[in-house]
Amino acid sequence: MTIARTLRGVAALLPAVLLFWPASGMAADELSGGDTAWILTSTALVLFMTLPGLALFYAGLVRSSSVLSVLMHCFAICCVASIVWLAVGYSLAFGDGGGANAYIGGLDKAFLAGIGPDTLSGTIPETVFFAFQMTFAIITPALIVGAYPERVTFPAVIFFSAVWLIIVYAPVTHWVWGGGWLAEMGVMDFAGGIVVHVTAGISALVFAKMLGGRRGFPDQVRPPHSPGMTMTGAAMLWVGWFGFNAGSALAADGNAGMAMVVTHISAAAASLTWAAVEWIKFGKPSLIGIVTGTIAGLATITPASGFVGPVGALIIGVAAGIVCQWMTTWIKQKIKIDDSLDVFAVHGVGGALGTILVSFLALSTFQGLGLAEGMTVGKQLGVQVIGVLAVALWSAIATFVIVKIASGMFGLRVPEEDEIEGLDITSHGERGYDL
Amino acid sequence: MKMVMAVVKPHKLDQVREALTGVGVEGMTATEVKGYGRQKGHTEIYRGAEYTVNFLPKVRIEVVVADSLIDQTVEAIQEAAKTGKIGDGKIFVYDVTSAVRIRTGETGDEAL
Repeated sequence: MTIARTLRGVAALLPAVLLFWPASGMAADELSGGDTAWILTSTALVLFMTLPGLALFYAGLVRSSSVLSVLMHCFAICCVASIVWLAVGYSLAFGDGGGANAYIGGLDKAFLAGIGPDTLSGTIPETVFFAFQMTFAIITPALIVGAYPERVTFPAVIFFSAVWLIIVYAPVTHWVWGGGWLAEMGVMDFAGGIVVHVTAGISALVFAKMLGGRRGFPDQVRPPHSPGMTMTGAAMLWVGWFGFNAGSALAADGNAGMAMVVTHISAAAASLTWAAVEWIKFGKPSLIGIVTGTIAGLATITPASGFVGPVGALIIGVAAGIVCQWMTTWIKQKIKIDDSLDVFAVHGVGGALGTILVSFLALSTFQGLGLAEGMTVGKQLGVQVIGVLAVALWSAIATFVIVKIASGMFGLRVPEEDEIEGLDITSHGERGYDL
Repeated sequence: MKMVMAVVKPHKLDQVREALTGVGVEGMTATEVKGYGRQKGHTEIYRGAEYTVNFLPKVRIEVVVADSLIDQTVEAIQEAAKTGKIGDGKIFVYDVTSAVRIRTGETGDEAL
């Protein structure tokens, strides 16, 4: 996204060109119907990823007595995040922070102040840009749901998600996409490897550690109650991800086309790789395994999707299928943190992996679209690593503080009898299945 | 009157039903249950984590028969439900004090 915006900025400095080609559409501030239509569509696709894609993906993985609570978490977080995004989130992420603009935006755009139907952001209406970015702000805290199912209190979920959006998501978005310090350093994160996956992954790990594991973790937890539901969610996530990555081109053009292709190839490669590893290690390739591979492949290609070619996507997919799978075992069985739905292993590690790999795979040797002017692989790698580490550190510290406050205000964990009976009935007064 | 209660493998339900009809038993109740005996559970693996599943799906069949039919009933069930492998199940016989047909009010063996 950074490179596309730079190119558009350069185009704005060539008024002479406009004299000769008035209808060329090369002006930076002219509304493009094609671009707008695509980003409108992408907004719907990315919202679809949360509702119901991610909701179903996660819900199938928990016990049947907590299925509704997971759906509820995703739904409620979508609603809360939307309001927070309107109020301050968008402004802090993309507004002008004045003297502090390296680290945070200002409140100049709070409640979309000064932005009307005709205000433009590049070649699309700013309302559309706002909405598109909002769907990212929705799915990121929703990803963290995977850390705490079956045992967290509902008020803690709402409070945590709202505050986290302001303290972690908005600033990091500003650093990477809003003109902040990482953008100045030239960090490459096309669609959110750092902004979405690293933030959510690290925060989930910290939350899970502070919350404590599910009753019976690690040997006696109940298996996923509906692998079919999980696959349905994963399929929706795959389709929606075309909006996530290809939409991040912010244009209906070749960049978007290539982003869509590499996203898909990475998903396919990672799915097969995960299934193959399972087949070899455990003797049977499972449905849950293959669709988890899909998500790992999609998360890993996310930061690289606007910079790599199909061969790079294949490499990323295979790497994701192996590395993320290894990490799920390591976290659960060696480190023994109950990041119940493997948010860190799949999203955190995947996002970081893709962010690192793009330093190499952007090269034309791998069919990549090239590093920025003046950058070498070594320099870019340094920037990518700094990006990942700084964001991981910030996410971890902020999550620790917010969880502590939530714990003090609402209590973090439900009583043991509630956990045994299931959150659907005890927290929400409903049964998922009345068979 | 006796109640014959059998816990059998689910895929044997139809065969048992046919065998019971064959010896003159006119009704039965079947419920889906979970259980284990010498057939231990099995392990399932999700994302590399092993889950032990101790209880296996079974079907419990209950029929109430007149004393004169007990032996044939038990024999019919055992032959129909048997696979020869561990987990085939068990049959228990209970005493029944009385029986009533709700629609007509008939009691005793006429109610069966």
